[in-house]
Amino acid sequence: METKKTSLYQLHQDNNAKFVEFAGYQMPIQYSDGIVEEHKFTRNHSGIFDVSHMGQLFIHGSEDLVNDLEKIFPLDLKKLKLNHSKYSFLMNNYAGIYDDLIITKIDNGFLIILNAACKEKDFEILSKLLNNKYEMVLDEKRSLIAIQGPKSVEILNDVIKGVEDLNFMTGNWFLFNEKKVYITRSGYTGEDGFEISVENELADKFTRKLIEKGAKLIGLGARDTLRLEAGLCLYGHELSKDKTPVEANLKWAISKERISKGDFIGSDIIIKQLNTGVQKVRVGIRPEGRIIAREKTKIFNQEDLHIGEITSGTFGPSVNGPVAMGYVENEFSKKDTKVFLEVRGKKHPANICGLPFYKKNYVKGVN
Amino acid sequence: MSEVKYSKEHEWIKLEGDTATIGITKHATEMLGDIVFTELPEKGSNVDKDGTAGVVESTKAASDVYTPVSGEVVDTNQAIVDDPSKINEDPENTAWFFKLKIKDKSEMDSLMNKDEYDKFAKESS
Repeated sequence: METKKTSLYQLHQDNNAKFVEFAGYQMPIQYSDGIVEEHKFTRNHSGIFDVSHMGQLFIHGSEDLVNDLEKIFPLDLKKLKLNHSKYSFLMNNYAGIYDDLIITKIDNGFLIILNAACKEKDFEILSKLLNNKYEMVLDEKRSLIAIQGPKSVEILNDVIKGVEDLNFMTGNWFLFNEKKVYITRSGYTGEDGFEISVENELADKFTRKLIEKGAKLIGLGARDTLRLEAGLCLYGHELSKDKTPVEANLKWAISKERISKGDFIGSDIIIKQLNTGVQKVRVGIRPEGRIIAREKTKIFNQEDLHIGEITSGTFGPSVNGPVAMGYVENEFSKKDTKVFLEVRGKKHPANICGLPFYKKNYVKGVN
Repeated sequence: MSEVKYSKEHEWIKLEGDTATIGITKHATEMLGDIVFTELPEKGSNVDKDGTAGVVESTKAASDVYTPVSGEVVDTNQAIVDDPSKINEDPENTAWFFKLKIKDKSEMDSLMNKDEYDKFAKESS
């Protein structure tokens, strides 16, 4: 299959992007500044991310649709107000995670943002679960652009008036060049920011405007270090069909009311796990030295027993040290538990820690 | 007089008497991206030609560092362990990796000179 290009491909090239194939797309991994500078620029100023490879699924329908979606997602969708967003997941019957997603209530339906690698399969699964009753469009005619970091609100508001009034996890339709764009105040970097759904024809022009105002393009490399510092899960790493939201430590995203009713796909497993606990759970891990423990690194306890594995690990430019997430046996998941990470045949000390690694309010103005 | 030669694994080697200083090339740092971790061989240990003698990690991945010649490690550059970003800044000079007392000068013969390496690097990127 030929790799696809997003509408910003030319712009990436103009900015000396290094490309990598990701989920069937040619995506920029970094630009000339490099991952560390791009990461810091996002934390201190404003970074632009082309996330057009992600799925934008529009589902239209009224009351029936809300009821049917509640059988799928563990959310109070009936109470979700117009233009409000929630983080959730698509699960199988065993509460294994097919994908994590953001669902937003829009006029006459919902907009669901899906991971690039999962979007086609998600579409099939959802079509089947909804018995093809509703109009569903995985919209390839729109690009998705994120702008993240403390200066983003000022920059975006200069281009599209009024976005500054959006609250976190809410959205609305705005106009750019007399065309409708849907903007939510959200993102995946641990920073204040926005995601903008814009027609492909206008994506390049819109993004160049943001650059004119001082924002910079940021590649997938820094997107990964930013989300990891923020303690956020990445599908295919922390999340998979073999992990449940309880194991992934995402129970905050499951509605308590829906658990008490227990009427969504996978709810019996979730309820059981909430009551009796899970064997392994996702944790944050900080190596004591500078050693980087990457995905699949084995984790041992003080008695040298194998207790888990790293799912993501890198160097965190803002915490200025190595950071990792992984799954360990529940009894070793407490904060400050000492563990050992096997890297290139040697065991290196590390500590279980709380997430996120990086919190905005603590380090404002430090870098 | 000293001569600088280059390996296909993108190391440079500068020979002065029987002491060789070894590091990675600018081209290598450009391919790796921001280097955030370095591991060097132990002083006093012996390394064999084309064997691993260290590790560099960028934000993206880990890569082995090979030694282009055999010898005993007589010095290592602690500065690049403390601050690996120095490797990106000055790879072919102050950010050297380790020094070897070499055993067999003829191992240098198969290595590339600057022109040959530049051509090789251009073709392999």
